[in-house]
Amino acid sequence: MEKFDKLTGIAAPMPLVNIDTDMIIPKVFLKSIQRTGFGKNLFDEMRYNRDGTEIADFVLNKPQYRDAKILVTGDNFGCGSSREHAPWALLDFGIRCVISTSFADIFYNNCFKNGILPIVLPQEDVDKLMDDASRGSNAVVTIDLENQTIQGPDGGEITFEVDAFKKHCLLNGLDDIGLTLDKAASIDAFEARAAQERPWV
Amino acid sequence: MSPKTLYDKIWDAHVAHEADDGTCLLYIDRHLVHEVTSPQAFEGLRLEGRTVRAPDKTIAVPDHNVPTTEDRVHGIVNEESRIQVEALDKNAKDFGIHYYPVNDVRQGIVHIVGPEQGWTLPGMTVVCGDSHTATHGAFGALAHGIGTSEVEHVLATQTLIQKKSKNMKVEITGKLRPGVTAKDITLSVIGKTGTAGGTGYVIEYCGEAIRDLSMEGRMTVCNMAIEGGARAGLIAPDQTTFDYVKGRPHAPKGAQWEAALAWWKTLYSDADAHWDMEITIPGEDIAPVVTWGTSPEDVLPITGKVPSPEDFRGGKVEAARRALDYMGLTPGMALTDIEIDTVFIGSCTNGRIEDLRAAAEILKGKKIKEGMRAMVVPGSGLVRAQAEEEGLAEIFREAGFEWRMAGCSMCLAMNPDQLSEGERCASTSNRNFEGRQGYKGRTHLVSPGMAAAAAITGRLTDVREMM
Repeated sequence: MEKFDKLTGIAAPMPLVNIDTDMIIPKVFLKSIQRTGFGKNLFDEMRYNRDGTEIADFVLNKPQYRDAKILVTGDNFGCGSSREHAPWALLDFGIRCVISTSFADIFYNNCFKNGILPIVLPQEDVDKLMDDASRGSNAVVTIDLENQTIQGPDGGEITFEVDAFKKHCLLNGLDDIGLTLDKAASIDAFEARAAQERPWV
Repeated sequence: MSPKTLYDKIWDAHVAHEADDGTCLLYIDRHLVHEVTSPQAFEGLRLEGRTVRAPDKTIAVPDHNVPTTEDRVHGIVNEESRIQVEALDKNAKDFGIHYYPVNDVRQGIVHIVGPEQGWTLPGMTVVCGDSHTATHGAFGALAHGIGTSEVEHVLATQTLIQKKSKNMKVEITGKLRPGVTAKDITLSVIGKTGTAGGTGYVIEYCGEAIRDLSMEGRMTVCNMAIEGGARAGLIAPDQTTFDYVKGRPHAPKGAQWEAALAWWKTLYSDADAHWDMEITIPGEDIAPVVTWGTSPEDVLPITGKVPSPEDFRGGKVEAARRALDYMGLTPGMALTDIEIDTVFIGSCTNGRIEDLRAAAEILKGKKIKEGMRAMVVPGSGLVRAQAEEEGLAEIFREAGFEWRMAGCSMCLAMNPDQLSEGERCASTSNRNFEGRQGYKGRTHLVSPGMAAAAAITGRLTDVREMM
């Protein structure tokens, strides 16, 4: 997993609430057995006409947002299915950070496994960043994970909260499985105990 | 000892390691696997030279991609779908996990197969790379969906890195009125809390109306906990649960059954347990409901009218405007005036035997409206066989329904069962998102009885008029 420490990039506004994982990556693209290559179909049904041509007024098709690295979104982003193809598609497109008032639980966890930082902020902060993002290519935002700050285009600073363990993994690009396997003795001990207490499992 | 909720008790029984900051390794008793969210996880294991830690606790079945026509015995035509199913065939064999291949009569939707085979038991932790894993909470098991990276993590370590969620109690008091089902309960709860209302919580459903439900109904309720944003839904196990589990192929037997039962009977929330949020809905206030929009929270009683964007506030105003446009509906029109092209009965929400019985009860001796496309997709091969034995298949066929093989089918339309552009469907599935059942397809979520009623009249219909 690629480390996430500091990110500077264009923020694209997507104020719609309840953007679900079917919108982020429709199921017709879930048939791949790879983790990469989903970026071209990110937001497919919102982004393209049926004939494959681009829908001009979709935010990521506008010239000033084509290289966006950050999304500022409406409430409950990523609701719906558990498909990790959603963060894979965002990452493959180049999005490394999503900012919203709330995220669906599974999507939120999936982001951290892929070097994407989801940031939860109060409504007023999201409104401010949404306004910044609406300014197009001038809306360059800097995310500093170490210091948990967001710097807007006019120099204003917003702080955010993030779970300490998740932050540590992102900052260092750590592989969860490797970390857990270091605790194999605890898992062995648990299994031995559970085999006594609940042998039917 | 301080009082605990059911969630607290299951959680505490599964913590294999706890760090100072509360980050836990939660031991996983059952890992269910399907073909769409697992290939990258198995590939990850191979690349790192890792194995499946507990193959005996890992159960795989293909369901999302499989065609539901009888000719599937000759193989899957769509190449990508075939490759994905073949990858699961190979992974199951290579890693030595339990497997129900496409042509096994026990094959079906993973969340129907797990309980049916007795893999899902009270007090367990159950995960699957699928959000509707919440279904298994009906047994008093802590069950939730995970992403593919977490699938790989569970395969390799049999644990998940987790922090504990908060406790929410949803009580449905009293009795349900005639024509009101588990589907109406679960949709009504989402209608009240919103699709983000449960975020950060595990919900325990309780109250007389929940106790009165069969296991099938309880699975329907817990299945859609995820649509309410919750990590999981739970219902405390009781005699109904024990009767369902007993004798299933992988349920404990003999002395182990007695030992298991003794523990299962301790799995309830203590009277003075702490709840972070509590919601109470009188069962008698719940009506048969339908969704009008493109979010499962867009719920109204069937007697209602299509709302106007101005009825909402904040970001929901624009969302409602977009939904009405997508759904092709005009504010103020009666929901019962909405004409339907297609009816889909099936899915992990409503693809069990009781659901098929409820739909057949309405359809008995009747025909679907001319030109209507109607499909029943049983949740498993065994549900299908039982429905045939009970004569339900005959009722569906005579009414004009297609009688299909088991799978997820039109719930997410990854296989050939899809809506075409503008096609409007009354569906017993769980999501009415844009494009969910096919590009520009329009979905109204309903109970099986309501779906059957709509098939007969050709419009959204109050099932109570047909009872």
